Amino acid sequence: MALTGIDIFKQLPKTNCGDCGVPTCLAFAMKIAAGQAELAGCPHLSEDAASALSEASAPPIRAVTIGVGEDAVKVGGELVLYRHEKTFFNPCVFAAVIDDGMDAATIDGLLKQTNESRFVRVEQDLKAGLVGVKSLSGDTAKFTALIEKVKAATTQPMVLMCGDPAAIEAGLKAAGETSPLIYAATADNYEAMAALALEHKAPLAVCGTGDLDALVELVKKIMAAGVKDIVLDPGTRNPKDTLERLVYIRRAALNKKVKELGFPTIVFPNEETEDKMMEAVYAGLYVGKYGSVIMLSDLNAARALPLYVLRQNIYTDPQRPMQVKPGIYPIGNPTADSPVLITSNFSLTYFIVSGEVEGSRVPAWLCVMDTEGLSVMTSWAAGKFVPEKIVPFIKGVGIEEKVKHRKLVIPGYLATMSGELEDELEGWNVEVGPREAADIPPFLKSWAS
Amino acid sequence: MEVKETYNGKIREATIGLGDTAVTVGGETSLPLYMFEGTAPNKPVIALEVYDTKPEDWPEAAVAPYADVLDDPVKWALKCQDEYKADMICLNLASTNPSTGDRTGADIAPIVKAVSDAIKIPLIVYGTANADKDAEVMPKAAEACQGKRALIGPVEEENYKTVAAAALGFDHLAAPHSPIDVNIAKQLNILITQLGLAPERVIIDPTTGALGYGLEYCYSVMERLRLAAMTQNDSMTQMPMINQIGREVWKAKEVKTPEADEPAWGDAETRGVLWEALTATALIMAGSNILVMRHPKAVELTRQFVAALTG
Ligand code: SF4
Repeated sequence: MALTGIDIFKQLPKTNCGDCGVPTCLAFAMKIAAGQAELAGCPHLSEDAASALSEASAPPIRAVTIGVGEDAVKVGGELVLYRHEKTFFNPCVFAAVIDDGMDAATIDGLLKQTNESRFVRVEQDLKAGLVGVKSLSGDTAKFTALIEKVKAATTQPMVLMCGDPAAIEAGLKAAGETSPLIYAATADNYEAMAALALEHKAPLAVCGTGDLDALVELVKKIMAAGVKDIVLDPGTRNPKDTLERLVYIRRAALNKKVKELGFPTIVFPNEETEDKMMEAVYAGLYVGKYGSVIMLSDLNAARALPLYVLRQNIYTDPQRPMQVKPGIYPIGNPTADSPVLITSNFSLTYFIVSGEVEGSRVPAWLCVMDTEGLSVMTSWAAGKFVPEKIVPFIKGVGIEEKVKHRKLVIPGYLATMSGELEDELEGWNVEVGPREAADIPPFLKSWAS
Repeated sequence: MEVKETYNGKIREATIGLGDTAVTVGGETSLPLYMFEGTAPNKPVIALEVYDTKPEDWPEAAVAPYADVLDDPVKWALKCQDEYKADMICLNLASTNPSTGDRTGADIAPIVKAVSDAIKIPLIVYGTANADKDAEVMPKAAEACQGKRALIGPVEEENYKTVAAAALGFDHLAAPHSPIDVNIAKQLNILITQLGLAPERVIIDPTTGALGYGLEYCYSVMERLRLAAMTQNDSMTQMPMINQIGREVWKAKEVKTPEADEPAWGDAETRGVLWEALTATALIMAGSNILVMRHPKAVELTRQFVAALTG
């Protein structure tokens, strides 16, 4: 949590020597609090004070990286309970669990899904993020063989799942130095698991029994052993209990500064129901309420796509609406005679308008203008969707080379500017479209006839 | 772990319908689904959609459960009630939209009456959110189902004097509709309660965005309304909420596109059903009390979710 200048000042030598470049310790403390100076700027800081300050200024929920290289994922690091207060920062990740009791065809199918479950939406690359590799048999040789197979087949980071430290040790070697998530330390094995996590620089999941006080005690011991990157499994396996624990964990970390609970979480909708549709619904619950690593039984496209889009929605920064690239979007193979519409580049506006145009089955050209991600009305009010901006956009975007006619359909809410725009947009007629996107299909059908 | 919250606010209870089959919503004393620190005497309920004319643009997966009744609103409503066990029926007067059917209040009044007389469960009647047109249509609709204590919506800032007054005059409830905006939602509640409608007769329609189409805006506005209701005891935010989920979800591109056109997106029915169920359950998490839905399978998933989380 952010420290105040006074908190920092208390730890400084208070000699006002000026070596930090500011005349007094208090002034220096204020600069640090404001983010304009670094602690290291004071050469006289005691070691104790330095570690106390860096610990106190650590974020309330640690961001934990799983995996290495380009495909590594970062989870946790969250600062708020409700997304509107700021934003949710590091999107949760999903993983299909592959176990060593599965037949080869099932394993190959899940690996294929893990690699192919990718969608591009609003210029974002949507994918699961991780792959779970689980020892069901307890046979170390089978487990390592499976890990080697997964490692050869996909670059997605792994979650190595087994309660036996000896098997995890063999598994970590088989995985190479790829920082997989170890699942999991428990009260019985935590010493060995903590040692392995440290030796292999791998994050460590800690599995509780449903009792959060006991989980705090267990995490305390693991932290004392030196492990910093921890992921919490509350240990519950039904959504009602899991939701309660996840809410308590997030609150304890943010509001009570319980540092043993200041970590990302791992949840198992795949173990909370046999029904894959319900599994997806519970996964959705954890996307909104505080799940960081969400384990699934597979990544069937028809279920994975809606979950990825839900994650994209929940993790969108409320202060920075998603934008689409300005330009011409052809919908349904338009020709030189097809209608031309203009709208804003607020992604939601774009989605709704393009969806309705598509639904009308009338091929059209949709010109999306850069309104800095603002909606039609807001950007008009802010002077970003006005004739002075529309004229150079339409003249420069290349639509005049695409169509023979010169008729531009503007959003119905901008009807008042149609006269002015027509005067300034030389050679074009301006037509006022519907106010509501839902009315676009009948409008386009009558336009085309 | 001492992290339980205590709340000083409570959601009002509102009852739609009369007699044995009346449905009460609201009454929660905590944030949605936080059963560990409050009570929720009434679970979220599901209204199934019925349209006054045969819909032309529904994808196959949505048509299939209703294929035999789509051109008969009464049969359709009865199927929703008897076969799909809807808690309520939401009759959408889509044909009154000026840019499509443009039917008048007099045209649709007999349909409203026929549906309301045929069903036992409570009725919701919704216009097209065209403020001028609804001002003409909704009083006729409210009159046609007089005596049923229905929920009449949407009430807009521009027509509340007519539409909310009709709800009041014919002894119904009203659903004020605000454009994803906490302050306008509160303001509209103030205006319509000043007209004389009791706060217990008001259900907030915060505007629904489907998954991928503005869900996050809707989710956060609802979450903010619920926080204001529970932690600030803000009276004008303490009404139950309604979301029009079916009609928003089933026009999304990812829902309408057949698998043949986008093989990478998988089975269209599974995708559509889950799209609707995830929209519904996310909005329950944000505070929805009445979910107006379309696909029976999505309804089933949503019911199981509610049972698992509140049971
Ligand atoms: S260098 Fe350190 S001790 Fe000297 S004035 Fe700055 S803060 Fe104080």
